[in-house]
Amino acid sequence: MSVANRPPDRPLSPHLQVYRPQLTSMLSILHRATGIALSVGALYLAVWVITASATSPRSYAIFSSFNMSILGRIVLGGWLFSTYFHLCNGIRHLFWDAGYGFELKDAYRSGWIVVGVSLVATLVSWVVGLRLV
Amino acid sequence: MDRRTPLARAQGLGSAKQGVHHWWMQRLTAIALIPLVVWFAISLVMLSGADYTTVRAWIGSPLVMVLLTLTIGVGLHHGQLGLQVVFEDYTSGAIRVAMIVLTKFIAILFGLAAIVAILRIGFGG
Repeated sequence: MSVANRPPDRPLSPHLQVYRPQLTSMLSILHRATGIALSVGALYLAVWVITASATSPRSYAIFSSFNMSILGRIVLGGWLFSTYFHLCNGIRHLFWDAGYGFELKDAYRSGWIVVGVSLVATLVSWVVGLRLV
Repeated sequence: MDRRTPLARAQGLGSAKQGVHHWWMQRLTAIALIPLVVWFAISLVMLSGADYTTVRAWIGSPLVMVLLTLTIGVGLHHGQLGLQVVFEDYTSGAIRVAMIVLTKFIAILFGLAAIVAILRIGFGG
């Protein structure tokens, strides 16, 4: 279609600046965002294993001391939240793939369950392991 | 009957017939990662702050070697499949091809390096 005969002012959908946020769309965006974060996080974990394999403990000590710093704990805490959220929401996606839970109220209910479970799991991990709280 | 336009037929482009394989591999790795990731997240929390010797002893035990290799390998495979879709959605042309190739190369490089590291710890290299 050329520019000349294109209908004027066709609405763009969904336009992010004016699109009212809903739980469903926010979780969809967050699923992709945490997926990207976890891909980078997987490389970070690979580095962790590689430093542990070095003959001298020096490189592992550097890596470990960063992990236990405030910034390191925030990175690991963020990794854990991304993991729990992507895991729970991924299971939600697998149910959709199998054909279940498409009703609007079901999509909202499963969405809130995902939010609740991933937040509780993150909080427990932070308190037990990373001692952030 | 071929419903494509004459131009599309001349260019010979179209589905590469690999979409189902990509879709299925993403789901298959997702299912495998459910138990692996739960195990790994709990282990990471328990190991936080552990020293060099403790971590090496943990990685070097046979069960952990198997599970950790699976977690890193399956996880990176799942990740690069997902990133491929992200680049396909938001980039085009040469940049798209370059980013997808780069993603796959990095995933294989880090995955292989991590597996060699695990084996080195386990077999006392």
